[in-house]
Amino acid sequence: MGDLPPDLWQSVWLTIELAAITTVVLLVVGTPLAWWLARSKAWWTEAVATVIALPLVLPPTVLGFYLLVTLGPNGPGGLIASLWGGRTLAFTFEGLIVGSVLYSSPFVVQPIRNAFAAIGDRPLEVAATLRASPCRAFWTVAVPQARPGFLTGAVLGFAHTVGEFGLVLMIGGSIPGRTKVLSIAIFDYVEASRWREANILAGGMVIFAFVVILTMTLIEKRSAGGRP
Amino acid sequence: MRFAKSVRLAAGIATWILTSTTLPAAQTNVAVAANFTEVAKEIAAAFKAKTGHEAVLSFGTSGQFYTQITQGAPFQVLLSADDARPKKLVEDGLAVPHSRFTYAIGKLVLWSKTPGLVKGEETLTAASFSKLSICNPVAAPYGAAAIETMKSLKVLEILQPKLVEGATITQAYQFVETGNAELGFVALSQLMGPETGSRWLVPQELYSPIRQDAVLLRSGASNEAATGFIAFLRGPEARAVIERYGYVLDGQS
Repeated sequence: MGDLPPDLWQSVWLTIELAAITTVVLLVVGTPLAWWLARSKAWWTEAVATVIALPLVLPPTVLGFYLLVTLGPNGPGGLIASLWGGRTLAFTFEGLIVGSVLYSSPFVVQPIRNAFAAIGDRPLEVAATLRASPCRAFWTVAVPQARPGFLTGAVLGFAHTVGEFGLVLMIGGSIPGRTKVLSIAIFDYVEASRWREANILAGGMVIFAFVVILTMTLIEKRSAGGRP
Repeated sequence: MRFAKSVRLAAGIATWILTSTTLPAAQTNVAVAANFTEVAKEIAAAFKAKTGHEAVLSFGTSGQFYTQITQGAPFQVLLSADDARPKKLVEDGLAVPHSRFTYAIGKLVLWSKTPGLVKGEETLTAASFSKLSICNPVAAPYGAAAIETMKSLKVLEILQPKLVEGATITQAYQFVETGNAELGFVALSQLMGPETGSRWLVPQELYSPIRQDAVLLRSGASNEAATGFIAFLRGPEARAVIERYGYVLDGQS
């Protein structure tokens, strides 16, 4: 394995980095959002939930097309990039994070929302009668109870970002070390008829996917068994 | 009674199937290198008008098509952007040996949407831009030609960090079109619309000629539409279209 091209490992690390950062961002942004979605009684709650769920249905090319236009110099992405002297967010690692956060959001928000909703009003009312502030009740009652939801969301968000392809192909530009993630590397190897490298990466992905799904199932089984 | 009815129905269906398959028009699936997209569409339309046969076109990189054809993709004709892959397909026994010929010689252009940005090779040596778009140099010959040009000008090392790769030449063009890259190496045929921005036709001595070969694949050997399309591509009508899009014809350069 020592004679493998270094760009192969580079794309593996880049992918892990992208997926990890995306997951953290989604947990930070997604948790309050999921909480609001689970608790809000506003009539437009479901409209917001639907917007978040859109990437489940839309082909990645739709998001890729919009991002290519909005990340560019004529869109808001160009404006953000100009803060550090860049022209566009396309072809940058930051641009990929923006895309991945949008693309993987339903996989993180949905399980956390479901977990929050499953708690119901009762435990929080009890906490309130014990004079816990809403904030304290959130951290000491809701979050610990929703732990399986967080775990599922984090694993799914990470895995889905690793598995993303069409979006990155459209806005990435295949730059080694910055935007050339695993799925793109496999695509390039196959196009170049480099079966050996393609085989190693593709085989690795199969094992990865197997482990992820198995882990998910075990988490769900354990959390279901833990409940009376 | 019922039996007679179903016999009549079956006979009717059989006649319908027979007449519909004996229609003269045939169909062929043609894999076309992305740089040739617009030209191929025009040629296919002319081909249909003249022969009634239909050429169904798929667009992608030559590398992608080569890989797919070795895995049994249902194409009968390949219009590659290079001569190496059609040659390899003949050697692999996947293409009809004497059907291979150069249908066009491609021209590489450095192009920007910004007027005045591209002046000539000094644009590359000055390198005062942030992103230069090319297409995948391994899978697409125009990408390889772009790399060769930068090597000839001894600017590849300086420009390497600024390169962004599209999967096809169409995508390389798109990156410039959407303004995400200031400039890019594209095919002359892609710039045949109204002249916009600034461009530099890369001199031929900076890169090896992009000889674009067509080949009839084994599976198309007995397909009337496929052999007809290859013949049409050699003919004067198709050649006129190819030339109009800025390609050089074989034996003319």
